[in-house]
Amino acid sequence: MNLTISNAQVVDPSSGFNQQTDIHIKGNNILAIGKAPEDFKANKIIDATGLIASPGLVDLSVSLREPGYTRKGTIASETLAAAVGGVTSLCSTPDTKPIADTPAVIDLILEHVRASASTKVYPIAALTKGCEGAQLSEIVALSDVGCVAFTNGLADISNNRTLRRALEYAATFDKQVIFTSQDATLAEDGVAHEGPVATFLGLAGIPETAETVALTRNLLLVEQTGVRAHFSQLTTARSVELIAAAQARGLAVTADVAMYQLILTDEALADFSSRYHVQPPLRTQKDRDALREGVKNGIIQAIASHHRPQDKDAKEAPFAETEPGISSIEILLPLAMTLVEDGLMDLPTLLARLTTGPADALGLSTGQLVVGQAADIVLFNANSSTVVGDNWYSKGRNCPFMGHCLPAQVNYTLVNGRIIYQANQ
Amino acid sequence: MSYMLKRKQALQLNSQGQLRHFLSLDGLSRELLTEILDTADSFLEVGARAVKKVPLLRGKTVCNVFFENSTRTRTTFELAAKRLSADVITLNVSTSSTSKGETLTDTLRNLEAMSADMFVVRHSESGAAHFIAEHVCPHVAVINGGDGRHAHPTQGMLDMLTIRRHRGDYSDLSVAIVGDIMHSRVARSDMLALETLGCKDIRVIGPNTLLPVGLTDQYNVKAFTNMDQGIKGVDVIIMLRLQKERMKGGLLPSEGEYFKQYGLTEKRLGLAASNAIVMHPGPINRGVEIESTVADCEQSVILNQVTYGIAVRMAVLSMAMSGQLADRQLAEAKL
Repeated sequence: MNLTISNAQVVDPSSGFNQQTDIHIKGNNILAIGKAPEDFKANKIIDATGLIASPGLVDLSVSLREPGYTRKGTIASETLAAAVGGVTSLCSTPDTKPIADTPAVIDLILEHVRASASTKVYPIAALTKGCEGAQLSEIVALSDVGCVAFTNGLADISNNRTLRRALEYAATFDKQVIFTSQDATLAEDGVAHEGPVATFLGLAGIPETAETVALTRNLLLVEQTGVRAHFSQLTTARSVELIAAAQARGLAVTADVAMYQLILTDEALADFSSRYHVQPPLRTQKDRDALREGVKNGIIQAIASHHRPQDKDAKEAPFAETEPGISSIEILLPLAMTLVEDGLMDLPTLLARLTTGPADALGLSTGQLVVGQAADIVLFNANSSTVVGDNWYSKGRNCPFMGHCLPAQVNYTLVNGRIIYQANQ
Repeated sequence: MSYMLKRKQALQLNSQGQLRHFLSLDGLSRELLTEILDTADSFLEVGARAVKKVPLLRGKTVCNVFFENSTRTRTTFELAAKRLSADVITLNVSTSSTSKGETLTDTLRNLEAMSADMFVVRHSESGAAHFIAEHVCPHVAVINGGDGRHAHPTQGMLDMLTIRRHRGDYSDLSVAIVGDIMHSRVARSDMLALETLGCKDIRVIGPNTLLPVGLTDQYNVKAFTNMDQGIKGVDVIIMLRLQKERMKGGLLPSEGEYFKQYGLTEKRLGLAASNAIVMHPGPINRGVEIESTVADCEQSVILNQVTYGIAVRMAVLSMAMSGQLADRQLAEAKL
């Protein structure tokens, strides 16, 4: 199949390319950007006048829910939702049942991916068996079957010696570790940011220090062991400072933030709505503003959806008894475009945080428009808009933005030169 | 916050501004709180009569659904409903359905299917009453009998009635709330009620481990960590119960040390105004937060609070029922 995307505003953050031109695709790959080779004949032409052509978005943290929680989401449903949000590559989190800590589970996931996924899926495996923080997973064997990184997720490895050994071992084989820093003892049974809002509502708080104490420890152990490390889901202003200071002293660490953390604050909890129950929690406006600033100046290289689809029952209970998470991959690009709309950053910078930023953080060979490489592309109209929920492909309807009108509309998403999503015109 | 305030009012009040649920004191006006107190005052006489019943809730079914243990609150709600001539069912759900795996939602929908008109709910999670009123059974009046650390609005109102009956106008009073503010739904409801009713000097007293973060940002109160300074000259002292499990969490070293620093002794009571009243939501821990002689002294109104509790609950039940009925009539008229 030969395809031409004609007359698009082609924006490639990796090269700084930003021109109105054509993209020619042969088979899986980009054949040319600009003038077509003489012998090229397109079977299909997409008239992309007025549309932006960007590398497809790369999402570093997506809970696909399969195997084990298919009532909440499946590889088919959630990767299709991802495509609707402009995503072409995503990293799946190990929070499946069973937990993704053996090559057999990863094989199973990848088999289902081949059979039913719309996007590319890069699995992240558990750093320790069952994420229990005691015994190391077989990280080399897991890498051999396709895992790109290792994490314990929110399950803190409280034993510092075990953590040090895990990082040393990962460093031995140059494997990538991802931290979601939260000290379990300081977080205790908290469900909301410890502050005036949680105090007023009588919700158990998670102090800022639950994140910063763990983050500081993790940074020191990363420095000692030399492991490749990415810090996921920052939520506090102090965390951005700590990452910036580490980067300034030459530590090659990267960081991401959940898209919703750049919009919402803990004020949203005021009527106990479980839609805003997330872990780590929504924090204050000051924290949100610092996170936005961190994204703008590149201390935080990546914006991720941290998509956590939930079934209806999981969110129908008193706040603390509900399961955390927001389903939002489906609107990742429109949500992110609010940052451009707000004047926080220009479009190429935003796209860098959604494509090259996350791809580079984990060393994934995607997130750019390069001749000879895979045609993973999103075409969107920056001047149009998306009404959230008009169509909804994710099994999780736990999205607090339902009914909102967001900027931009994804028109086409292509993976390996194939149109996997096309909006109703 | 004004949007949120409107949402909360929308949940608790009908279009005429009458109560239809009673979930929290947040967003309720001074006029409404005063109406509750005035109504309760009139019901106090009922309790003093030989025949203690009025027919306001005749033919109505009130379900006390307690997901958390309680003696005082449950019994006084039961008495209040009976004195209003309602049929009353009391369920201790902590020992029945949930142990069989039934969810909160299913338990309440089952009761709703039995044509209950009103639920009095106590639950260990903050926001449980809001959840029930908003998502489970919008056409049954929901009365919050205590949810987690969040609110205990009938206790708040009975505390206000106690203060009004014994010390009069709130605006001239200094009120101290002493102890475990962090975990106390009573303290949260009292702070809101006192502010709404015009009290200008509200003090909270406790160690930093029991004063929640952001307290003085959210409530119009002054925080003290020194008991002697905090209760100086106050007219009302509200002591809070200290749960034994607080020692385990590292919040306090021992009961003995707590009593030394924050226990209400006769000597400390002497620092308050000479006619200060001593209150406590009960059950009291003699020798932990309050000296035995203080609990029994003339200034103690702890047992009066229990009596007023019935009247306040009668007021809230009858007002919420008439608000809910007005709502139903309106809905039927529309059909």
